[in-house]
Amino acid sequence: MSDVVERTLTALPSLLSSDPSPGRPSSTSKLGTLIRGITELTSKHDEEKLIQRELVSIKEQVSSPNTTMRQMKELMVRAVYCEMLGYEASFSYIHAIKLAQQGTALDKRVGYLAVSLFLNESHELLLLLVNTVLKDLQSTNLIEVCMALTVVGQVFPKDMIPAILPMVEEKLNHPKEIIRRKAVLALYKFYLIAPNQVQHIHSKFRKALCDKDPGVMSASLHIYLEMVTEKPESYKDLVVSFVTILKQVVGGKLPIDFNYHSVPAPWLQIQLLRILSLLGKNDRSTSEMMYEVLDESLRRAEMNHNITYGLKALTYVVQQDANLALQHQMTIIECLDHADLIIKRETLELLFRITNGQNVKVIVEKLLEFLRHSKDDYVTIDLGGKVTELAEKYAPDNSWFIRTMNTVFLLVGDQMQPDIPNSFLRLLSEGFESAEEDQQLRLLAVDSYVSLLQEQPARLPQRFLQVISWVLGEYSSVKEGLEPATVLRLLAPLLDLRHCSSETKSWVLAAMTKLSAGPACLSVAQELAERHGGSLDTTLRQRLHELQHLASDGELLRRVLPCSDGLEPLEVDSTLSFLDGFVSEALAAGAAPYKPPHQRQEELAQEKALSVEPYGLSLPLSLSSSSIAGRLSPTVLSMSSGLSGNSTELSPKGGSALRLEGVTRVWGKEGYLAKAALKPEEAAKTEVPCPLSVLQEGGSAPRTPVVSLPAPAPGPSLQAEREKQQLASCLFMGLGSQGAAGPCLMGKAEPTRHGFRKKVKGQGSSSGARGPSGDSASSSPSPLSAQSAMDNLLCSSPLDSGSTPSPADSAPSPADSAPSPADSATSPADPAPHLPHDLPANNRPCDAQEDLTEDTDTSETVVEGNSVAVVDPYDPEPLCLSPHLPEELCGLPRSEIRPLCRDASLVLSACCVRTDHSSLLVVFVSNASDSAARRFALQMTSGDLEVSRVRGGPEEEEEHVEGHSVAVYQYSLVPTRPSVHMELAGRASYQRPDGEPQSTPFSYGLSLPDFIRPLSVSTEEYGRLWLASSNDIKQNLALLSQEPDPLRATLHRLRDRLQLNVVDIIASEGIVACQLLQGPPCLMHCRLNAGCLAVWLRSSLPELPDCLLYHCQRALAQH
Amino acid sequence: MRFMLLFSRQGKLRLQKWYVPLGDQEKRRLGRELVQTILGRKAKMCSFLEWRDLKVVYKRYASLYFCCAIEEQDNELITLEVIHRYVELLDKYFGSVCELDIIFNFEKAYFILDEFLLGGEAQETSKKSVLKAIEQADQLTSTCYQQASPRITSPTCYEHA
Repeated sequence: MSDVVERTLTALPSLLSSDPSPGRPSSTSKLGTLIRGITELTSKHDEEKLIQRELVSIKEQVSSPNTTMRQMKELMVRAVYCEMLGYEASFSYIHAIKLAQQGTALDKRVGYLAVSLFLNESHELLLLLVNTVLKDLQSTNLIEVCMALTVVGQVFPKDMIPAILPMVEEKLNHPKEIIRRKAVLALYKFYLIAPNQVQHIHSKFRKALCDKDPGVMSASLHIYLEMVTEKPESYKDLVVSFVTILKQVVGGKLPIDFNYHSVPAPWLQIQLLRILSLLGKNDRSTSEMMYEVLDESLRRAEMNHNITYGLKALTYVVQQDANLALQHQMTIIECLDHADLIIKRETLELLFRITNGQNVKVIVEKLLEFLRHSKDDYVTIDLGGKVTELAEKYAPDNSWFIRTMNTVFLLVGDQMQPDIPNSFLRLLSEGFESAEEDQQLRLLAVDSYVSLLQEQPARLPQRFLQVISWVLGEYSSVKEGLEPATVLRLLAPLLDLRHCSSETKSWVLAAMTKLSAGPACLSVAQELAERHGGSLDTTLRQRLHELQHLASDGELLRRVLPCSDGLEPLEVDSTLSFLDGFVSEALAAGAAPYKPPHQRQEELAQEKALSVEPYGLSLPLSLSSSSIAGRLSPTVLSMSSGLSGNSTELSPKGGSALRLEGVTRVWGKEGYLAKAALKPEEAAKTEVPCPLSVLQEGGSAPRTPVVSLPAPAPGPSLQAEREKQQLASCLFMGLGSQGAAGPCLMGKAEPTRHGFRKKVKGQGSSSGARGPSGDSASSSPSPLSAQSAMDNLLCSSPLDSGSTPSPADSAPSPADSAPSPADSATSPADPAPHLPHDLPANNRPCDAQEDLTEDTDTSETVVEGNSVAVVDPYDPEPLCLSPHLPEELCGLPRSEIRPLCRDASLVLSACCVRTDHSSLLVVFVSNASDSAARRFALQMTSGDLEVSRVRGGPEEEEEHVEGHSVAVYQYSLVPTRPSVHMELAGRASYQRPDGEPQSTPFSYGLSLPDFIRPLSVSTEEYGRLWLASSNDIKQNLALLSQEPDPLRATLHRLRDRLQLNVVDIIASEGIVACQLLQGPPCLMHCRLNAGCLAVWLRSSLPELPDCLLYHCQRALAQH
Repeated sequence: MRFMLLFSRQGKLRLQKWYVPLGDQEKRRLGRELVQTILGRKAKMCSFLEWRDLKVVYKRYASLYFCCAIEEQDNELITLEVIHRYVELLDKYFGSVCELDIIFNFEKAYFILDEFLLGGEAQETSKKSVLKAIEQADQLTSTCYQQASPRITSPTCYEHA
C-alpha cells in the first residue's frame, strides 16, 4: 500500500495535469486560492499577514446577512484551515453551529465537522447545538441522523445528555446498522463521561453485542471493555459469548471485507482478547473456557517483529526470570548502541531489571551516560530515580556510591523527585551495618563536597547545594584537620550566588550555624551579617541573626545544637509535653483550646451553608508523591526468581526444561562461553579489562566443558566483536552465577551486601525511622484462603447453578447469529430471537450478588434479594424497617436506619451495610398511602462516591411501590477518592395516582470508616507493603491509659470502631493494616511513646492516611 | 486514542483530530513539539516512541506522516494497522491518494476519518462499510450542487504548501 502512495507521489507532476477523477473536487475554489497563496509565500511573516487578511475577510462575510448557507460552508472550510495552521478563528464557532442548524444536508455536514473540530466538550457554545442535534435525530433523512450521532459521539455537553438520551437509545433498534452502530458509540461516549446516566441501558448493550451486524457488535465491545475493566465479576456470564464470537472471528466466519491483509478482523480480535484477559484473570474455571480459542488465535497469529516491541516483551519476561535475558544478550548489546534513542532507552529499562550486585557498576555507567545526553525532562527524572535506586541497593563500595550520587545530583538537578535527596540524607544519618562504615561514608561525602565547593559552586543545582550544606553542617567534624572556619568560608560564598534560592540560603545558614564555634567563625559570621544584614528576606535575616548570636555564645550553641556523633539519635519529645505548662497557663488566661486541622475544617464547613465542596481537598497532603521504596520491589522480585529459576539451565536431562539444542549458547553460568574456546592467553586478555572480574564470585570454580562457539572470524571486526562480548560479560554478570551457587546460598537469601535500604534499626531507637518489618517471624494467616474464595465463586457462578442450561446445549450464541450474512438476509428486522440463553431479559441470579454472598448460603435466598423486593405488611410504624432488610444482608454490620425524606405518601429511609467486598446503601421506600406510587425511580449522585444499582436482572422499566408496602433498593457504593465525610445526593421521583409527577430530593452522609476494610497480611507482607508505600503522616494519639494494657486496648478499640486489622503487637509497638474499599491499603505503625501512641501512617493514596488519622482521633476521643 | 495528526515532511499540519479535550494553546504546543520530534527521527528508526507521558505511533507514507498518540494500555502494533487502514480508505476514496488530495479536500479526509474512528475508537473496520457511508453522504450532496473542478496546475504548491 505504501508503495502505491509512493509511486503516486513520484508521478505527481503528470497527475496534476491529468483529468480530475470524479472524487477530486475543485481547487480553484477560494480555499484553493488561499492554499496556493500560502505556498507562494516564503516567510512566516508574510504567511501571517496573508492569513490575518483572510480571517478579516471571512469574519466580514460570515456576519453579513446576505451570505448564503452555501457560501457559509465554504467560509467554514477556510476557517478550519486557518485554525489548522495555528491561527485563531474563534469568531466562526458560532457560525459553524448556525450552519449545522440551518443548512441543507451538505452544509450541515460541514457545519457539524467544523463544530467537532472547533469545540471541545466543555465549550459553552455547545449548548446551542443541543436543539439541532435533537431535530436531526428525529429527521427522516438517514444521513442527517448519522451526522447528528457522529457529532454526539465526539463532542457533547455532559449536562445535556439526559435531553437526548432516550432518542439515542431508541436508535439502538433502528433498522439501519450504521445508525445502530453510531448509537452504540454515542452511548459509549456517554458511558465514559457520565457512567451513571447510562446505567439503566445495560441490557440494551447486551442486545447490541448480539447484533447481527458485525460492525454494531464490535462497537459494543468498546463499552464492554470499559465495563469489564471496572467490574469483571459482573460479566462472567458473558465469557461464553465472547469466546464464541472470537471463535468465529478466528475461524474466518466474518464477511471478507472485515479481513485486514488476510487476517480476520484483527481489531475485533484484540478487543476480544483484552476483554477475555480481564475476565479470566484469577479465575480458573472461566479461563478454562477460553483456552481452546486462545490456542487457536495464537496459532493463526503471525509474529510481527519490531525491535522495541521485542525488547518490551523481554523486559516484562525478565521480571519473571532474569536468566531469560542471557539468551538474548548479544541482541541487547546491539540495541544499546542503536542510533534510535527510543530503543536505547528501552534497552536501559531492561538492563535496570537485571541489575545485581555484580553488574551494577557497568549498568549504572550506561544509565548515567544516557542521562548525560538526555534532553527530555521526563526521561531525566525517571532515569535519575532508577540510578539512585540501583546505587542504594547494590552499591559495591562507599566511594562509588558517593560518586554516583554526586553525578545524579549534578545531572538531574532540580527536577529530581524530592524523595531522592531526602532518602540520601536519611541514609547518611541513620547509617547501616557498622559504625565504621558509616563514618567512612560520611567522610567520603564531606571530602567530595569540600572539593566540589572549592571548584565551581555556582554550577551546582539547588537541591545538591542543600544536600551539601546539610552534610557539611552535620559531619564536617568527621574529617580530621578540617577547621569549622574553613568550611564556613566555603559555604559563605553560596549566599552571594544569584541563582541561589532563599530556601537554599536557609539550608546554608543552618549548616553554618551548626559549625560556628570559635573566634574564627565569629568573624565570618560578623562579616556575613554586615553584608547580608540588609536583605529583604526576613527569614534570611533571622537566620543571620541567630548565626551571629550563637557564634558569639559557645555555651548556648552547645545547648541549642548539641553536637551529635550521628550514632546516638536525638531524643525528641514529639508530644511537646514540655509546653504543657505554657498551654495550661494560656488556657487559664482564656485562650481557645487547640483544635486539630480536621476539626477546624469541619467546623468551618458547617458554618458555611452554601459551601459547594464542603470536604474538598484542603487537607494537608504529603509531599512525596512517589515512594522511595516503591521502585524497589520489582527488582527484588526478579532477583529472587533468578535464584530459583536457574535450575532449568542446570538440568542435564532436557525433559521439561527449555530446549536449548540448536540455540547457540554464548553465555553460561560462569560467564561468556567464547572464552572457554579461546586460547589461554586470549582468555586472559579478555578477562583483564573487565572491571568487575574480581568481584565475580565463583571465578575459580571448575568450569564445565561447554559447547564451543565457532571461532570468531579474524579481521577488523574481531576487535569490535570482542569489545561487545566483554561488555556482555560485564552486563550479564551475576545473572547465572547466583543460581550456580544455589544450595549453599539458600540459607541466606541475599548473598552479597544488599545495599543500604535493608537496614532495620534497633528496638530502642526513638528516631521514629524504624521500619515495622523484619523483627517478627510470626504471621497471622489470612482468614480466607485462596481456595475457599475460589470455591465460593464457583458455586455462585451461573454456569454451575443447576437452573441454567450448560453452555453446550444453549440456544445459538450471539456470534452464531451475528456475522453470517445469510442470517441477516432471512431475518432482517428482528434480532430478538437471537438472544442467547444467558442474556435474557429477566432475572439472572448471580452477577451482582457474587460479591455479597461470600459466606452466606448462596442459592435461592440470593435471587429474591435483588431488585425490588416488595414486602407487604401493613406496618404502621415507618421506621421499623429492619425486618425488611434483605435476608442475605442480615447479620452483617450496618449503620442504623435513618429517615431520608418523606412526603405525603412515601417515606424513604436508608442504612449502610458493610459486606467484605462492598458497601451497600439499602434504601427502604415505604408507601403508607392506599394507592401505589407509579414509575418510582431513584437517582443518586455523589462527588466522592460511585453509586451503582445492585440488581439481578436487567432493569424494570416501570417500578411501582404498592400501597402499604415497603420496597427495598440496594446500591453499591465505591469511594472514588477518600475523604473524611462523603455526601450522597439523590432524588426520588414517581407518579401520584392522579398522574401528577412528584419528586423529592434527599441526601445521605457517609464517613470513611464505612469504606474501610481490614487487610489481612502477614508481618513480612506488611514489611514489603510498608516499603512500597509513601505519603507518610506521623501524629500522636491519645492512649486509653486507664486500661491494664493500654497499647492493646487502644489498638483493639481502633480495630472495633474502624475495622482495622491488628497485624502484630511486639513489645511496645503494634502494626495495623486496613484497606480502602476497592482501593489501596493503608498501613499504620504504632509505638508507645511518653504516654501517647505515636502513629505513623502510610499509603499509596495521599489523602488516605490523613483521613484515617482523623477517624482514629475521633474513635479514641469517644468513650 | 488521544489524538491523530497528519503532517508533511516540512512539518506542515495537514489534519488534526483531538479525542481528548485540550485548550488551543496546549494543542498547538503539543502538535508543534511532537512534529519536530518525529521529523528529527531517521527513516530506519522504530515507529513507536514514548514521548513525554505519551505513547506515540507514527508512520510515514511518501511525504506525509501519520501519527497517533494512544493510551497507555493500547497496543502499538494494532495502532500502526489503524493508520494503514486509514491510508487504504483514503486511497480507495480518492483513487491513489496523494498529499494534494488531502490538502485541498481536507474536509473529505475528516469525513472519512469520522466514519472510521469515532471518539477515538475504531467505529467500523470494514472498508466497504466505511466507503458506503461516505458515498451515501456524498451522493446527497451532489444532488445539491453541480461539480466544478479543474485541478490545479502548479506543482510548486506540493513542494511548499
